[in-house]
Amino acid sequence: MGRIWGFLTRTRGGNKLHITDMITYLYLGLSVIIMFVPVVWLVLSSFKSSAEVVKFPPRLLPYRQETVEIEGYDEPLPLYEVSLEDGSTAVLAQTRRVGLEAQMIDPQNPDDIIKVNIEDRKPVESVYFGLDNYIEGVQSFNFARYLRNSVIVTIAATILTLLVNSMAAFALSKYRFRGRDLIFLIMISTLMVPLSVVLVPVFLVITEVGWNNNLLGVIVPGAATPTGVFLLRQYMLTIPDELLDAARIDGASEWRIYSQIILPLSKPALAVLAIFSVMWRWNDFLWPLIVLSRSEMFTLQVGLNSFQGELNVQWHLILAMTVLTLLPITIVFAFLQRNITTGIATTGLK
Amino acid sequence: MTVQSFTGSVGGLFGRLIDSVLGFFVSILDLIFGTIQRWIGIRGMPYVFVLPNLLIFGIFILFPMLLNFVYATTGGTEFYPDQRPWVGTANFEQLSTCENFLDPNTCREDLFWRAVFNTTGYVILQVGLMVLASLGTALVLNQKIKARGFFRSVYFYPVLLSPIVVALIWKWILQENGLLNGIIVSLGYDKVPFLVDAQWARFWVIIISVWAFMGFYTLILLAGLQSIPSDLYEAASIDGANQWNTFAKITMPLLMPQMVVVLVLSLIRAVQIFDLVFAFTGGGPGTATLYLVQYIYSKGFSSPSKQFGLAAAASLVMAGVLIILTLIQQLMRREEQ
Repeated sequence: MGRIWGFLTRTRGGNKLHITDMITYLYLGLSVIIMFVPVVWLVLSSFKSSAEVVKFPPRLLPYRQETVEIEGYDEPLPLYEVSLEDGSTAVLAQTRRVGLEAQMIDPQNPDDIIKVNIEDRKPVESVYFGLDNYIEGVQSFNFARYLRNSVIVTIAATILTLLVNSMAAFALSKYRFRGRDLIFLIMISTLMVPLSVVLVPVFLVITEVGWNNNLLGVIVPGAATPTGVFLLRQYMLTIPDELLDAARIDGASEWRIYSQIILPLSKPALAVLAIFSVMWRWNDFLWPLIVLSRSEMFTLQVGLNSFQGELNVQWHLILAMTVLTLLPITIVFAFLQRNITTGIATTGLK
Repeated sequence: MTVQSFTGSVGGLFGRLIDSVLGFFVSILDLIFGTIQRWIGIRGMPYVFVLPNLLIFGIFILFPMLLNFVYATTGGTEFYPDQRPWVGTANFEQLSTCENFLDPNTCREDLFWRAVFNTTGYVILQVGLMVLASLGTALVLNQKIKARGFFRSVYFYPVLLSPIVVALIWKWILQENGLLNGIIVSLGYDKVPFLVDAQWARFWVIIISVWAFMGFYTLILLAGLQSIPSDLYEAASIDGANQWNTFAKITMPLLMPQMVVVLVLSLIRAVQIFDLVFAFTGGGPGTATLYLVQYIYSKGFSSPSKQFGLAAAASLVMAGVLIILTLIQQLMRREEQ
C-alpha cells in the first residue's frame, strides 16, 4: 500500500507536486478511459438481453429479471416488486398482463390472484452475465462457418506468405543474376500501391482464374507482399556469404542452403512477418468483400459487416459477435504485446 | 534496436511453430528442388526462387495495374476488356467536367467531387489531429513515468482491432440510445443525433480513425524520442534553457525524420480510408462521409449500372495522389540526409 501511494504521489521535484507531473498523469488517466471504455462498454453490453439493449438511458451492467417457478405454470414467472394499496411492498410473480392491469400471485401463496396496475410494479433484477446472446448469435449468424473461413485464410496465407517471400528474398539478397535489380525495383515501387487502386482489374483476374467465392482468391493474391520481401531481404543481407560457400563446398544443394541455413537464421525476421501477416489477414476486409459474395464463404469481418446490415436492430447479437471477433486478436496481443510493439517501432510496418 | 533482439524473446513458441510447419513443406520441396537444380544448374536457381513470388505478384498486382489503364480508357458496362469500346479520355473528362469546381452540384459526376471534397477535408483534419495527438502522447510517454509499457499498450491495443470491429464499437456508443447520449441526457441536455447529422458524422469519423490508429504513430515517435541522446538535454539545462526552448531547439529538430514518416504514412492511409467508414456510416448520412475508395467501390461493384471505366479512372487519379505523396516523402528524406 505504501509503495502504491509512493508511486501515485511520486513527483519530479522532491515532495512538491510539479505541474508537469499533474498534466502527465491527468493526460494518461484520461486517455486510459478514452482508449479502454469503448471496448469495456462493448463487452458489458454484449451480455445484455435484447430488451435491455434498447433501454434508455443505458445501464452499466447487464441485468436479468428474476423469475420463480411455481407449480401449475409451465414457464418460470417474472418477479416484480409491487407497491400495494395499503402502502406496503411485496415481491410478487406475474402470471399474465391484460392491458394496464397485471395479474400477480404471491409465490408463497399461489392460489390468490392479485390485480395490480402496471404502474405500481417494478421488475426485480440482478446482475447477470449470460451467454444467451453468444449462443443465439452463433446459431443465427453462422459464426462457426465464418470463423472457420477466417482461420483457414489466416493460417494458409501466413504460411504461403512466409514461404514465397523468404524464397524471393533469398534470391534477391544472396545471388547476382540478370534482372535482379529490375525485379527489386519494380517490387519496391509498388510498395505503396494499395488494393483500392486496382480494384476493378483485380476482380477481373480473380474471375478469370475462377477464384470467385473461393478462399484461394483471398489467400493467394496478397501472399507476395513487397513489404515482406523487403523486410526479409534486409535481414538476409546480414547473413555472411561464407556460410553459404562452405555449405556448397560440402555439396549442399541451393534449396538445402535455403531451408537449412537461411531459414533458421532468419527466424527473427520471419516471426515479425508472421505476426504482421496474421494481423493483416484476420482484419482484412476490402479484398474478401470483393472476392467472396456467397455468404457461406464469408470471413468474419465480411460476415460481421453484412450481419449488421441485415439485422440492423438486433444489437444484442451484433455486440456478442463483435466480441467474439476481437477476442483472438486480443489474446494474441496479450501474449505477444511487447514483441508486437517493439516490432512495429523497429520496422515501421503495420 | 534490431529485429534480432525483438524476436529473441518470441523465439520459444513462435520459433517452434514456424519450425514444425515449415519443416514439413521443406522436406517435400527438398526433393523437387534438388531435381530441378540438377536439371538447370546452379545459375538458374535464383530464378526458381523468385518465380513463385513473381508469378503471384505479376498476376495479381502488376498485371491489374496495367489493366487499370485499359479500363480507364474504355467505356460501356461490359466487364470483359475485349468487349469494351475505346473511349480515350472520356472517363477522365466525365470526372472532371464541372461548371464550378467549388460546387459539386454543377459537376457531371457530382458524387466523385463530393468524395474528393470529403476526402480532402477528412485528410487535412484527420492527419493534423493524428500528428498532434500522437506527438503529445509520445512526449508524455517519454517522461519518467512508471508502467510505461502498460500505457504504451493501452494506446496500441486499438491498432490491432479490425476496422469493422472499431466501427461497430463506436456505432454502439454513438447511436441514438447509446452510452454517450445516455451521459448527455443524464447531465440534463438533449440527445445529439451523432450519426444522423452530417457534420457530427464527419467529426466522429475523424475521431474514431484517430482513436484506432494513433497508437501506431505514437510508437514510431516514441522510438524517435528515445533515440535522442540525453546529454543534449543535460547540456541545455546547464545553459539554462527553459522547457519550451529545449523542445523547440532540441526535441523537434531531432525528431524530424520520424515526424516525416508519421506525416506521410498517415496521409497515405487517410487518402485510402474505406472499411472503417463503410461499416460505421456506410458513406452517409446522404453522402456526408463518402470518401474516394468508397466511390470507386460503389461505381465498380455495388451500383446497379456498373461503371468500371469511371471506377478505374478515379482510382488512377487516386494512385496519382499517392505517388506524389510518396515522392514528397522520398524528397524530404533525401533533404534530411
